[in-house]
Amino acid sequence: MTTVSDQQKLSYIAAQAADARVNLEIESEGMTLNLGPQHPATHGTLRIIARIDGEQVIRADPVMGYMHRGYEKLTEVRTYPQVTTLINRIDWLGSFANEVPFILAAEKLMEVEAPPRAQWIRTILFEMSRIANVVLFLGDMAVQVGAITPVFFAFRDREHVLNQIESVTGGRFHPNFDRIGGLKDDFPKGWIDETRQVMKKMRRFCDEIEVLVMDNEIFQARTRGIGVIPADVGLSYGLSGANIRGSGVDRDLRRDNPCGLVHDQIDWKVWTHPDGDSFSRFWVRLQEVRESTGIVSQLLDSLPSGPVMAKVPRIIKVPAGEAYVETENPLGAMGYYIVSKGDLVPFRVKIRSASFSNVSITPWLLQGVYVPDIITILASLYFILGDIDR
Amino acid sequence: MMTLGELAYWELTSLRVAGGLAAVLLVAGTLVYIHLFKLVSFMQSRLGPMEAGPYGSLQLLAEVGKFLQKEDIFPRKADRFVFAAAPFVVLMSTFLLVVVVPGGPDAWFVDNDLGIYLAMAVSSVSVIGVLMAGWGSANKYSLMGGLRATGQLIAYELPLMLAVVGVVIEAGTMNMQGIVLAQANGSIFGWSGLGNPFLLTQFVGFFVFMIAMQAELTQSPFDMPIAESELVTGYMTEYSGMRFLMFFIGEFATAGVFSAVAAVLFLGGWYVPGLDATSNVFNVIGPLVMLGKVVFLSFLVFWFRFTFPRFREDQLQRLAWKFLIPIALVNIVATGILKVAF
Repeated sequence: MTTVSDQQKLSYIAAQAADARVNLEIESEGMTLNLGPQHPATHGTLRIIARIDGEQVIRADPVMGYMHRGYEKLTEVRTYPQVTTLINRIDWLGSFANEVPFILAAEKLMEVEAPPRAQWIRTILFEMSRIANVVLFLGDMAVQVGAITPVFFAFRDREHVLNQIESVTGGRFHPNFDRIGGLKDDFPKGWIDETRQVMKKMRRFCDEIEVLVMDNEIFQARTRGIGVIPADVGLSYGLSGANIRGSGVDRDLRRDNPCGLVHDQIDWKVWTHPDGDSFSRFWVRLQEVRESTGIVSQLLDSLPSGPVMAKVPRIIKVPAGEAYVETENPLGAMGYYIVSKGDLVPFRVKIRSASFSNVSITPWLLQGVYVPDIITILASLYFILGDIDR
Repeated sequence: MMTLGELAYWELTSLRVAGGLAAVLLVAGTLVYIHLFKLVSFMQSRLGPMEAGPYGSLQLLAEVGKFLQKEDIFPRKADRFVFAAAPFVVLMSTFLLVVVVPGGPDAWFVDNDLGIYLAMAVSSVSVIGVLMAGWGSANKYSLMGGLRATGQLIAYELPLMLAVVGVVIEAGTMNMQGIVLAQANGSIFGWSGLGNPFLLTQFVGFFVFMIAMQAELTQSPFDMPIAESELVTGYMTEYSGMRFLMFFIGEFATAGVFSAVAAVLFLGGWYVPGLDATSNVFNVIGPLVMLGKVVFLSFLVFWFRFTFPRFREDQLQRLAWKFLIPIALVNIVATGILKVAF
């Protein structure tokens, strides 16, 4: 039963060899620089083993798994409503967005559909968690390049969005608000007007970041032409989200695969940038925050009335079958593959998270760059460690 | 009445040491409070320290107390002597630098005819300390930080000195006191109401000097040697407690002292227009005027520091060799020609 595949053997040997390399002292040819798992730039526990010659990287290997929390296994002993508590910790900055594809997949298996108002609110919260997530990237990227102030602006303005999410869901970081067949609650009174104001603030924040960070010549010198991902390489590594749109690939699941969310009901645009460098990834994300504020405002204008919960049984048993739903989450394409045997608990859940694929390109991307550029490139790929290790 | 000249040598020396300590440490404390604690906090939409003392003014004492309590950790493979001595070497260059800065017509530490030359020379000593810290720590991050710092400090010493040459040509002296007096007694097209602060004629030199100074202080956008997002804190990574505090003081004290040198060179030093430069008043208000100018110039330093991203190592070398040094050289030639012509 416990046969070890060749690939597992190889990856074990590679990990051992990586550890052995780190333990070597300074050698005659270049040296091994171990970034992480505790390092300010990895904002989590990612470890990069870089073989460097002077300031130039010869080879860099990411080592993942320092934060593995076993969510895929844990879901197998939790009922469907309990699973959302768990999975909104995957990408902890945009946690509501993690719940959506799981709930959609479960709904697909149960063949229930949320009422229109629930779909609208879901999409609004989905986009707001995107804003809460990517706004932090916009500040963090500046920190990694060396400007300290923008991240404080990011935290300041992200607070407004988090307050709005909190007043609906009761949780700032872990809403646990999405239910099979709808949502836990409707908006509180006065929330819609407040949110319109907040969206205006976020647009102002984007203008501020554009002037303070993106137009800065030093920032452009540090990011333009650094970490270029050609479209075909990016696609072959399975990149998604703003990382692949920054390479000029016009792919956005919100538009291409609108399953259960209502992005097809409104007027918005998918931004791409042809360059594929760190700057273009930053640019695309900045435009996407702007676009998301527009999406939220439009959805608030066209919000339908009605219930927020469809009729579902009190005890949820998902019929036997398999379903895969993928949505365009803040970090990229995130999907849940659910296998059900008709039980209270899922038989197996496979989580496809965006950051894992996004980080897997680093060995290819980091070859030949300078040490400071490792940080810029990692920051521009924008990963959340929870999203890598699950 | 006894004058300073009648004091014994040891009395004068101890007065000077006390004055030097005050000039370095008080200025550094002022800068930390005004700029690091408050100004930057307001720029980043926060309040900064508010609890210790009125409006957080005693926070600095609390910080010093915290650092003094901490264990003085030596890495196991560190070169113990080099590691221990490095902060002193860095701080020493700051104290040597303040020696030549005058605070009034009679309020000076050393009235040396080679004042600015000495200042430029001793400012390089800190490179050795930084390299000692980088090598002695036996840490790859520290080593890279130390090497980057050395390359950067050597590269930016040239534009720093070349920017000073223009001032020296115009003042006709290397004596810091003489430079102040040259500005105080100067005139702008025959109008002597304002004196002639060299900022007006040497604005190119001022521009180059401020950029090179920013780099010498390893402040952002030139903080590649420290680069906390990649090298943790560069050559300071392994330091803790008192020794880290010395690096920290050195950072701000050097910012203050370099600002003081810039104030003497370009803003007229202790002189304020409208008063007689030889009047005794300046011995009292001169140091305060200097402090005001230092706070203003270091405000520029910290404003840039907390606004700009950092250059990459190769980019900042390019900026020094291909941009600042040519500009400074052209400035020297132009100053020389104009000096001869007028």
